[in-house]
Amino acid sequence: MIKLTVNGTMYERAVEPRMLLADFLRHELGLTGTHVGCEQGVCGACTVILNGDSVRSCLCFAVQVDGGRIETVESLGTVDNLDPLQAAFQEHHALQCGFCTPGMLMTGVDLLRKYPLATDQEIREGLSGNLCRCTGYENVVKAIRSAVEAGYGD
Amino acid sequence: MKPPAFEYLAPVSLEAAVAALSNEDAKVLAGGQSLVPMMNFRLLAPSLLVDISRIPDLAYITEDGDGLRIGAMTRHHAVEMSDVVRQRFPVLHAAMAHVAHLAIRNRGTIGGSLCHGDPAAEWPGLVLLLNAQLKTTKRTIPAGDFYHGALATDLADDEILIEIQFPGLAPGTGWGFEEMARRSGDFALAAVAATICLSDDRATEVRIVVIGAHATPLRLTAAEGLLTDHVSIGAAADAAMQEISPDSDLHASADYRRHLVGVLTKRALAAAWKRAA
Repeated sequence: MIKLTVNGTMYERAVEPRMLLADFLRHELGLTGTHVGCEQGVCGACTVILNGDSVRSCLCFAVQVDGGRIETVESLGTVDNLDPLQAAFQEHHALQCGFCTPGMLMTGVDLLRKYPLATDQEIREGLSGNLCRCTGYENVVKAIRSAVEAGYGD
Repeated sequence: MKPPAFEYLAPVSLEAAVAALSNEDAKVLAGGQSLVPMMNFRLLAPSLLVDISRIPDLAYITEDGDGLRIGAMTRHHAVEMSDVVRQRFPVLHAAMAHVAHLAIRNRGTIGGSLCHGDPAAEWPGLVLLLNAQLKTTKRTIPAGDFYHGALATDLADDEILIEIQFPGLAPGTGWGFEEMARRSGDFALAAVAATICLSDDRATEVRIVVIGAHATPLRLTAAEGLLTDHVSIGAAADAAMQEISPDSDLHASADYRRHLVGVLTKRALAAAWKRAA
């Protein structure tokens, strides 16, 4: 049995050791906002925040995070009440198909909390572990830049 | 893909972890940032994973004389953010920016990277550069004796790395760390790290380490000797190119890697010289 808090709700489940955290979130809890792309830690689509740090949920077994606190993209906002970072993504057209977006957002949240992101180069380096096949990244950088300027996470 | 099935244990003492490792095909799970992708690829199918993250007191950065002792479960990001690391070993701080991406640095551990032993990873080269000692549940191993080959270390099956001991650098030691990767955060095509001590504007002690150009990190002793013999940085870089025998793979040809090591050696030495006092 593992016990963990996801987006403020405590869950207790019996899981097989080999169940990846990403699959646990999607299949056990029905939180399908976390996307699974490569399952090898390269694409960043499955990024969630564990105990305050962004992690790849495909490189983590659910059993390892017993007792942990997880934030997924569902913790950010709702369609009617977007989180300021989600609003910035919408404003700057930082997504097209949206597959990479949950990972971009959760990575963005961790970057905004941890680094000054004074230059676009810093934002680009910070996003370099998140692959997007549609936007060319330009608008994702702009969205995060605008969140920095709006004092997100201060 | 999904990883194959395995048994899982999360002991809360080193003794219990070591005992669990006596099972056949057991593997230590630390941060899992190398092990889990290999399992997802089904390159590895351990029967038992021994998760050492619940063992107390394996993650720390402690001052020890002029040096530092860093617990094996310390995450890369903790090293990146540590003030004492930045003050005493700025080369470690600088190198952390090249270790994968934030989400991997948040989760991956120093001990895990060292025990995995990827030839293109930063930590194995850094411990060799800084003449570190690797303390395990059985003994203390000098960094220079730790690797047998790519992904192969001197550790026994039931031996766990617990601490990395970095002796203090001589005051005024200059450093350089230069890496080239195809994409930001990707494995290095090659990287060169160097430290230099100067006396009257002459190099008295030089260490140069290359990663990504050999099965294990390699000290470039001929190039080091040319600098302490007061020959030029250019000559040392030429010697570095002759000291390695890199492989070709889909990322780069052997010739390109050799060229790269020459350029990176020159840059790392110039940076180290400039920073030395």
